[in-house]
Amino acid sequence: MIDEELVQLLTPEGERVSHPDYESTLGANEILGLYRDMVIIRRLCNESTSLQRQGQLALWAPVQGQEAAQIGAGRALAPMDFTFPTYREHGIAWCRGVPPEDMLRIFRAVSNGGWDAQKYRHSVPTVVLGNQALHAVGYAMGVQRDGAEEAVMTFFGDGASSQGDVLESFVWAASFNAPIVFFCQNNQWGISTPMSTQSKIPLYHRAHGFGFPGVRVDGNDVLAVYEVTKRALESARVGGGPTLIEAYTYRLGAHTTSDDPTRYRVDAEVEVWRHRDPIERVKSLLVRQYKIKAKTFDEIAAEAEAMALKLRDDVLAMDRPDPITMFDNAYASEHPLVDEGRRDMIELGVSGGSH
Amino acid sequence: MAIETMTMARALNVGLRRAMEKNKKVLIMGEDVGKLGGVFRITDGLQKDFGEERVIDAPLAESAIVGTAVGLAIRGYRTVCEIQFDGFVYPAFDQIVSQVAKLHKRSDGVYTMALVIRLPFQGGIGAIEHHSESPEAYFAQTAGLRVVACSTPNDAYWMIQQSIEHDDPIIFCETKCRYWEKGEVELDGPTEGLFDAVVRREGSDVTVIGYGSTVKTALRAADAAAQEGVSLEVIDARSLAPLDFATLATSVEKTGRLVVVQEAPHTASIGSEIVAELTERCFYSLRAPGVRVSGYHVPYPPSRIEEDYRPSVDRVLDAVDRVMGFDS
Repeated sequence: MIDEELVQLLTPEGERVSHPDYESTLGANEILGLYRDMVIIRRLCNESTSLQRQGQLALWAPVQGQEAAQIGAGRALAPMDFTFPTYREHGIAWCRGVPPEDMLRIFRAVSNGGWDAQKYRHSVPTVVLGNQALHAVGYAMGVQRDGAEEAVMTFFGDGASSQGDVLESFVWAASFNAPIVFFCQNNQWGISTPMSTQSKIPLYHRAHGFGFPGVRVDGNDVLAVYEVTKRALESARVGGGPTLIEAYTYRLGAHTTSDDPTRYRVDAEVEVWRHRDPIERVKSLLVRQYKIKAKTFDEIAAEAEAMALKLRDDVLAMDRPDPITMFDNAYASEHPLVDEGRRDMIELGVSGGSH
Repeated sequence: MAIETMTMARALNVGLRRAMEKNKKVLIMGEDVGKLGGVFRITDGLQKDFGEERVIDAPLAESAIVGTAVGLAIRGYRTVCEIQFDGFVYPAFDQIVSQVAKLHKRSDGVYTMALVIRLPFQGGIGAIEHHSESPEAYFAQTAGLRVVACSTPNDAYWMIQQSIEHDDPIIFCETKCRYWEKGEVELDGPTEGLFDAVVRREGSDVTVIGYGSTVKTALRAADAAAQEGVSLEVIDARSLAPLDFATLATSVEKTGRLVVVQEAPHTASIGSEIVAELTERCFYSLRAPGVRVSGYHVPYPPSRIEEDYRPSVDRVLDAVDRVMGFDS
């Protein structure tokens, strides 16, 4: 992991370190806020995994280990920025204000989206690897044409970095100097495919070849992720063009609840990364430097617990949709085949959940 | 005759193994196919036994998986490409349609595009979006491609081997909701050709044609119809491009009634093609118009309501009632 170009402001041991190009601008309350976000997202993730194991979700994509990457990036966004996520960006969704139960609709298999993308300025999740990177560049080109001071950020992983769509999005972003930040969470594994199969050079080096800056940040250091992302977004908003951020992190859990990572990676590797936990290092800093008391941490834990309980209730209350709703929004206007299908379903009398 | 009972997933695994043993030029390439053995474990153990040179864990790019298989084919290799799920095939669509389908012709027959693109297809496994689609008609429409669908262990075992040996490119659709169902595999030799339709149940009143998951739906409908005194002949089309119209027409000439069952929406579908062609061939034998039972013309729904989208036994029986009632 040691890379002299890795931007780090907080070591795994919770020590503040300096970096020639970046310094932390955050005070105690703001750091505590980031800590709270990360604790809540981890709790949300654990609850969702349990719900899946209990048969209440069709699938879950865990985010353990990547909380700092997502919360650091998510909190660096301005309200008017727009984001294009994959299916694993629960921390970003949280920062955009998406209610946790809405994040789970896709995993409860009651929706293919889950929230109002315009309301939260956070697009619905993209499952096909890398497709969203081009959408983000297109949106950014729109921002540019509107003369708006907004930035766009898209998320993808080390796996998707091999997809044509992602590489093409780099070309377009550079050609049009689009106001976009490519936020790549390099969590080292694309299901069973190791990083070494996707790239022989650090991913952030690719940006230089496309003609824009690339930065590798310690993805488990929320302070560094926040500063690096904030600067890239600011640059995009004022005509500075694209930036690729490679958040160097690790997927502590499985790819999804359908995956068994013990088949392709060794425990020792996972252990190494457990010692680089993104949450523990912030807690350590808060205790030692800012003298935050146990009571505050207890309150945050209690808040996360309450969120998890509410989430569970909300998910259990999430009924199977009326099958007739499958005909809604297939098109923006009337369509004879949709009308015919709806009529057939009503005649069959299956609407309302009997089959 | 040597018969072994196994799941369809296992039958595919053993079939691939046989093909690799028989011909050193056979390769497997795809995402997670090596160390993990594929997300459905279809290629389990093959990298261990045949090595990383022959069972290739690909970087994550479907277009590249198919595009490089084209180059390997030009070099004389027979690559079995695994696309992880139906809905992930589209990044490779350009390579399949523009290159795989056309290079034999463009090279005046010099290149042989002997590659197999494995595609777990159709729904019924409670998955999230893009994991339950039926894209077969896109490929069936493209000259230069052949499209087959297996839904039993015996077919899986033989059709994968026949596809690998075949010199044309084959879109090999695997009925993923049947991967874990067991059946008998006749190990001595294939009982059918790769492009043959098979009568799964004989009957006299209505010909019901399905493929993939809908064959079993049709068989269940036949059980139910039999209790009401209606005799369904159920045919597994197996080959979708080309369709085995000789077998299909023989049945329709006998029964005079036709129902096709598919998960894909019916517009410009395999079912449309079957009904149109059999109407031409069997016009004077038909006693009712052919009817399609299909998925609806909407994006595949969230899986909590997928069983209302996929053709059910009730919907097949409803179609049977319609064709039976037409001339009475």
